[in-house]
Amino acid sequence: MLLFYILFPLFVALGITIVSSKIRREFLGWIAFSVPVVLFALFARHIPTISSSEAIRTTFSWIPSYGIDLTFLLDGLSLIFVLLITGVGALVILYSIYYLSSKDSFAHFYTYLLLFMTAMLGVVLSDNIIVLYVFWEFTSISSFLLIAFWFHRKNSRNGAIKSLLITMSGGFTMLAGFLMLHVMTDSFSLRVILAELPQLTDHTLFYPAMALLLIGAFTKSAQFPFHIWLPDAMEAPTPVSAYLHSATMVKAGIYLIARFTPGFGGDVYWFWVITCVGLVTLFWGSFNAVRQNDLKALLAFSTISQLGLIMTLLGIGSAGINPAIGEAKGLYTFALFTALFHLVNHSTFKGSLFMVVGIVDHQVGTRDLRRLGGLMRFLPFTFLLAMIGSFAMAGLPFFNGFLSKEMFLTAVLSIGDLPIYGGAQVGWLLVLVAWLASVFTFVYSMILVFRTFTGRPIVDEEYKVPQEASLGMLIPPGILGVLAIGLFFFPNLLSDYLLKPAVEVLVEDGAALAPKIYAWHGFNTELFLTLGIITLGIVAYLLLRKWRPYYQYIPSNWTFNTLFRSTLSGYERLGERVTMRYMNGNLPSYFLYIFSFFIIVMWTTWWIVGPINVTFDSPSSMTVYEGLLAVVMAAAAIAILFAHSRLTAILLNGVLGFSIAIFFVFFRAPDLALTQLVIEAVTTILFLVCFNYLPEWKVEKLSITKKVRNGLIAIAGGLTVTIVGLAVNNYTKFESISSFYENSYELAGGRNIVNAILGDFRAFDTMLEGLVLFIAGIGVFTLIRMRQKKGAEPRENQ
Amino acid sequence: MKINDVILKTVVKGVVLIILTFSIYLFLSGHHTPGGGFIGGLVMASAFVLLFLTYDVETVSEGIPISFKKMSAVGVLISVSSATAPIFWGEPFLSQNFGYFDLPIFGKTELATVTIFEAGIALTVVGVVVNIILSISEGSNKWKA
Repeated sequence: MLLFYILFPLFVALGITIVSSKIRREFLGWIAFSVPVVLFALFARHIPTISSSEAIRTTFSWIPSYGIDLTFLLDGLSLIFVLLITGVGALVILYSIYYLSSKDSFAHFYTYLLLFMTAMLGVVLSDNIIVLYVFWEFTSISSFLLIAFWFHRKNSRNGAIKSLLITMSGGFTMLAGFLMLHVMTDSFSLRVILAELPQLTDHTLFYPAMALLLIGAFTKSAQFPFHIWLPDAMEAPTPVSAYLHSATMVKAGIYLIARFTPGFGGDVYWFWVITCVGLVTLFWGSFNAVRQNDLKALLAFSTISQLGLIMTLLGIGSAGINPAIGEAKGLYTFALFTALFHLVNHSTFKGSLFMVVGIVDHQVGTRDLRRLGGLMRFLPFTFLLAMIGSFAMAGLPFFNGFLSKEMFLTAVLSIGDLPIYGGAQVGWLLVLVAWLASVFTFVYSMILVFRTFTGRPIVDEEYKVPQEASLGMLIPPGILGVLAIGLFFFPNLLSDYLLKPAVEVLVEDGAALAPKIYAWHGFNTELFLTLGIITLGIVAYLLLRKWRPYYQYIPSNWTFNTLFRSTLSGYERLGERVTMRYMNGNLPSYFLYIFSFFIIVMWTTWWIVGPINVTFDSPSSMTVYEGLLAVVMAAAAIAILFAHSRLTAILLNGVLGFSIAIFFVFFRAPDLALTQLVIEAVTTILFLVCFNYLPEWKVEKLSITKKVRNGLIAIAGGLTVTIVGLAVNNYTKFESISSFYENSYELAGGRNIVNAILGDFRAFDTMLEGLVLFIAGIGVFTLIRMRQKKGAEPRENQ
Repeated sequence: MKINDVILKTVVKGVVLIILTFSIYLFLSGHHTPGGGFIGGLVMASAFVLLFLTYDVETVSEGIPISFKKMSAVGVLISVSSATAPIFWGEPFLSQNFGYFDLPIFGKTELATVTIFEAGIALTVVGVVVNIILSISEGSNKWKA
């Protein structure tokens, strides 16, 4: 069943592409909207089963010989994510129907979005790590397409490329880690790997695999120092930012770390790396969010910071897996529980905030803080929603953010009590960092609401007087806002049905150890810390004009962005230099490289494998016709060298081609003969078509040494091919595989062995060749047809 | 100079029909005798190319309103999805099946799923080859007589 759930959005996306020109554009949106709604209902149906700590599994075999199966598993942890993906997905699509302008292509937008949905569902449901990896890269690709949705903008393209490069290289790294895990456990199944990992801590690959896995997760979840792609990804349309870059895709890294917690958790490095990276990200994100003038950039840094917070909690919680933890296990299970709780909370308030910013951008035409103000009187409902979202983010009471922020502080404080890893020594420092980050979080939350909605309204001539957004744009953030408040009053409902089963997946007896959430804990350290955050935060916000200018003293050259840019341009220059060295547009020199390489490879192989057996005893005698044909071919080949016009050369080349076809007939290879004939014909036509492009035929002027060199390489090439031909019959290194194919009639039902091989035995090659051919065709088409006409308006960089 | 190509045009009208029939024959016969999706597709493509060579692009596109770009995409889609389909029946990726049926006119006939896969390949080949030749020829804009 699960496979059909995953593929459902993909099928609808395909349908949308096909019918897109036939039906009205708004309708496409409603079709797309129905997908996550249906899926949400289908997944929600499983909540009772999952909450009794059972799992749903489906398996289909994909590449059984390698142990790669399409196994999907829906357990407590996956359930939270699939409900987020489909739930937020539904709201975002509803919102986008009203957000997109009439100039945008609805068909492309919803196709990409549904593609992403399939990919993301695949990531959180796969039990096979290779399948997980495939879906993981699919999320990167769909994110790339969505960021570059407005591809005529230079910034969109750059942002898309940046995110693709960073997340894809992280993905590759992760793949290497996965393969190491496979080597260690001899399995691709997540369940098997997680069960075996705790016994393999002494394996040499244990730490390399862990490191590579973490890099993959950190790049995806925009953790320091890989966070630089997320602010640039904000060039995407706002619904995309709300969906991919705050609620779902960036949480894939968190999912991965949570998923591997039972395996790697309990290790000291796992604990410290994740906790520290998380805390640094938390601080750096919130610190930078304050200086942003673009509302979306502010939200991007805030997302980075909140992801760091969740990461920190996962790091702290991993201590609970270590058997040495003893009695304190409950304390650290608490951190894991909080991580999941905050994950849900973050999706509610951050999703609604992104939509609010989208409304501001849509209705006012700018999201630059310096040009905004006093919008309260024009957009009262939006103001209300912004307030709910921001206050939840700041961690104020009566919003869900308050609960998880308090619990976060408890978790960070618990590092000081850690009996292992030496946590007690540095615990206070971590608390300080977390506390400072929370103050900055409070400040930027206030900036978001009050700088935008209060103060002097800026209405100069160039702006239209903003109008309140349509109901369709207000309902989705409204629902998220209601959830943000609702979760404050009834957190244990969420906890019982979703969070506890998920914690059970991560830690043994997790559900029993998970806490009951209370809003009021009495006067404890956490409460005083929160009071301190609020007081200092209010003071800092009021004095913002005094201290914000100091941000400009932070050097702008020594950033990871600069490093990224210079590395990229360095690679580009290097690549260009190397390529220009040999891609000189001169066909003879290309042949020179190809033949030299061929000769070197062949002779080195012979040198390594040992002598080959060249015999001149032919298994069959040569007929007169064969001899004649050989003479014709030799004559044609030599004549090409002395041809004076291009047409003659081509005709002589054709003689060679057709003679080969006749040889195939002689040797009873009709399939090859047919193919050769047709190919020869099509090539000739292609050549005719290209004739116009070719420069004038000139006699080659080369120095004698070069001519001798070329001649030697040509002769060596011919010699090598001849030796291969003579030796091939006596080659006994490996057993011949051809006998297998002789049973093609029994195995594949076809008498034509060649086609049975092409279509059945080795159909994978054929399929991929078809795909490559298609890609090449599209390449030729775009390069030639989509060329910019001379003197036309430049399409780029609008 | 106006080229007199009446003979070419008249001959092509008949020949194209023969080539197209031959290509379909080649495609279907590939299971037991020489032929198959790739060759069938190539021969069919050469028929279209012959048409485009003889008449100009506009005339042919009016008569055969097919987007060869979409054709190649549909071809890839068919071959990939026919490769994926066996998974849903619990068989490995790319499994092919065949069986023998008694059909009313043909008598005992073999039907094989590999035909669907090959049809995808054939469509891809036709689409891509015609598309490439059309792209290059239109790019030059010179050789339309």
